[in-house]
Amino acid sequence: MSQPSEHPTYNYLVVKQFSVMTVIWGIVGMAVGVLIAAQLVWPALNFETPWLTFSRLRPLHTNAVIFAFGGSALFATSFYVVQRTCQVRLISDFWASFVFWGWQLVILLAAISLPLGYTTSKEYAELEWPIDILITIVWLAYAYVFFGTIAKRKTSHIYVANWFFAAFILTVAVLHVVNSAQVPVYWGKSYSAYAGATDAMIQWWYGHNAVGFFLTAGFLGIMYYFVPKQAERPVYSYRLSIVHFWALIAVYIWAGPHHLHYTALPDWAQSLGMVMSLILLAPSWGGMINGMMTLSGAWHKLRTDPILRFLVVSLSFYGMSTFEGPMMSIKTVNALSHYTDWTIGHVHSGALGWVAMISIGAVYHLLPIMFGKKQMYSVSLINAHFWLSTIGTVLYIASMWVNGILQGLMWRAYNTDGTLTYSFVQSVEASGPGYIVRLIGGGMFLLGMLLMAYNMWQTARTSETESGVNNLETAEAA
Amino acid sequence: MSSFWSLWIIVLTMVTIIGITWLLFANRKSTNAGPDSTTGHEYDGIEEYDNPLPAWWFYMFVITIVFGLLYLAAYPGLGNFKGFLNWTQVNQWESEVAEAEQRYGAIFAEYRGMSVENVAKDDKALKMGQRMFANNCAQCHGSDARGSYGFPNLTDSEWLYGGSPEQIKMSIIQGRAGAMPPWQAALGDEGIVNVTHYVMSLSGREVDQTKASAGTEKYQMFCTSCHGADGKGNVMFGAPDLTNNIWLYGGSQGLIQRSIRNGRNGKMPAHSELLSEDKIHLLTAYVYSLSNQ
Repeated sequence: MSQPSEHPTYNYLVVKQFSVMTVIWGIVGMAVGVLIAAQLVWPALNFETPWLTFSRLRPLHTNAVIFAFGGSALFATSFYVVQRTCQVRLISDFWASFVFWGWQLVILLAAISLPLGYTTSKEYAELEWPIDILITIVWLAYAYVFFGTIAKRKTSHIYVANWFFAAFILTVAVLHVVNSAQVPVYWGKSYSAYAGATDAMIQWWYGHNAVGFFLTAGFLGIMYYFVPKQAERPVYSYRLSIVHFWALIAVYIWAGPHHLHYTALPDWAQSLGMVMSLILLAPSWGGMINGMMTLSGAWHKLRTDPILRFLVVSLSFYGMSTFEGPMMSIKTVNALSHYTDWTIGHVHSGALGWVAMISIGAVYHLLPIMFGKKQMYSVSLINAHFWLSTIGTVLYIASMWVNGILQGLMWRAYNTDGTLTYSFVQSVEASGPGYIVRLIGGGMFLLGMLLMAYNMWQTARTSETESGVNNLETAEAA
Repeated sequence: MSSFWSLWIIVLTMVTIIGITWLLFANRKSTNAGPDSTTGHEYDGIEEYDNPLPAWWFYMFVITIVFGLLYLAAYPGLGNFKGFLNWTQVNQWESEVAEAEQRYGAIFAEYRGMSVENVAKDDKALKMGQRMFANNCAQCHGSDARGSYGFPNLTDSEWLYGGSPEQIKMSIIQGRAGAMPPWQAALGDEGIVNVTHYVMSLSGREVDQTKASAGTEKYQMFCTSCHGADGKGNVMFGAPDLTNNIWLYGGSQGLIQRSIRNGRNGKMPAHSELLSEDKIHLLTAYVYSLSNQ
């Protein structure tokens, strides 16, 4: 790769490092996802090897895509955005670099310990306590660099994207520390500090806000910079961003109990979780509206700019999954959807459609800047990536909807004598075709990431004169 | 919960809901001149309009808040306040179970007076029994009831806890806990090998006679109280017969050694809380029919 192009004012090195790792960890995490999707079609693919079993690779997949891929995208964009919108260099190059290497170490330790079977068994917080401590230290360094940079900004106000990054950093710190409170037995094993229904509630207070603050607030921060920047249009409404920001962070924190409907969790907590989840619909959509309406007057750019397409389609998926979420939190809907593949589909309409696609769009915006090039090596490859991602996501979520509703209906079907019509294994057999379609959808999404890696590689190594200036026209013709 | 925590929940909830309502109404209308005027801020070339909140979005927000408040009035949510519908998930479940019992109870009650043997000859009863088996038993015993590693085959004539209708019914109602203690400490490595050879000799397999006879004495000392001097087992403890070729945890030399060294713990859960008496009666007949047809 070419030498890093040092910007005279800003620290672009850390942005570049995280941008590149976003692509690499995206491929790794999604490849593991495709493998375990294939295992659900052909169980023999675990090769009777403990560390290749679904149970160990599934947390590896979730940790890799959320914290390695999503995390790298958030670090890259937040470090970039906070410098550009505050018009100052990061407060400390050392601590920025510490965040990068520290986070890579966390990911490496996760990639080793999870397949070996070390787990706290808390979903999305499976990593054992020594890694949890390392995460805390890296996160404090991250908070120092981000807030320190905000503090010495040269602008009078703090841009809205930074509000979202700030809320994400603060809340994730609290969530991580509280939920990871454990009693260690030895370095590789610990037990939760909480018991029973309390433990379950804290786990899902964490789990849902990992979605709310890591995967929503953080990525809304990305949206608020890269959408207006790429569309070259002003943000639609400042007051809308105020209302939906404060409402979003005030309400999201309550929504966790909807993961525990009809369980040992007390009724009052379940009801509050459901009510707050429903109220969350409008604050969630506020971000989508602000992004979409920002494009008014710039819609024609969608025809030529596949990066903008990534950003806009991600907002559509965001709107769809944040509508679906409140619906699924209603107790009667949840009674059908809970424990089925519908949940998996819902997660991926957010994870693939929203989180991954907006990250991909933002990274395509960043890479040429980081490598000192006019634009990406091939715009038509970005376009191909866009269609692979979009169709892949649609296949994924549609197959999981079908499977989920099928499973929910089969589990509740009963005969004239009141006995259940289907045994569990029959519902598993019936899910087979859906698993194949899901595998195809996931495979397409992964293929798109491989195109991105190739495009990134070529962008980095090709000299500026070679990086076809006529690419835009080529894409249009295609 | 105590009234303090109840009040804590009510106050936090209402402050949140009232707070966002205020936020929404206070920021509804733009204070700036026109729709295309910006706030005057500019960040890295990005400007911001200050358009009013879209009306449909505003009303959607209001509707969800109103719905939320009505829901919290009707259902438990605000601390100890029960809601005017008096709903709980437990009473919803109980009423659904009672309703099902009322609707379907008679179908099962029909067989109450019949002996298990006779129910086992009734095709309709067996059909119902099979459906219950598929959903309550097949997870461990398999949909063909032939069991698997650690889970007994129900279609043969070999019964850990006895195969009479009464014994089968008792296994379903109360569940069973099979516990074979570990013998590593008592026997040592060599002792385990010797006893394994002796145990294998009980079912007529070819073994190392020296080792088997060395194991005899240890067997008499440690194993007979459950498996019997003749190795025929004991249905009182669920101790398996060691003289046939049926092995719950595998009959290879290695697996027998492992059973002796580490012990085994089998667990059949009790179903008295899960299924009504009449249903268990039919299920017993179905299981009985598997080996008695």
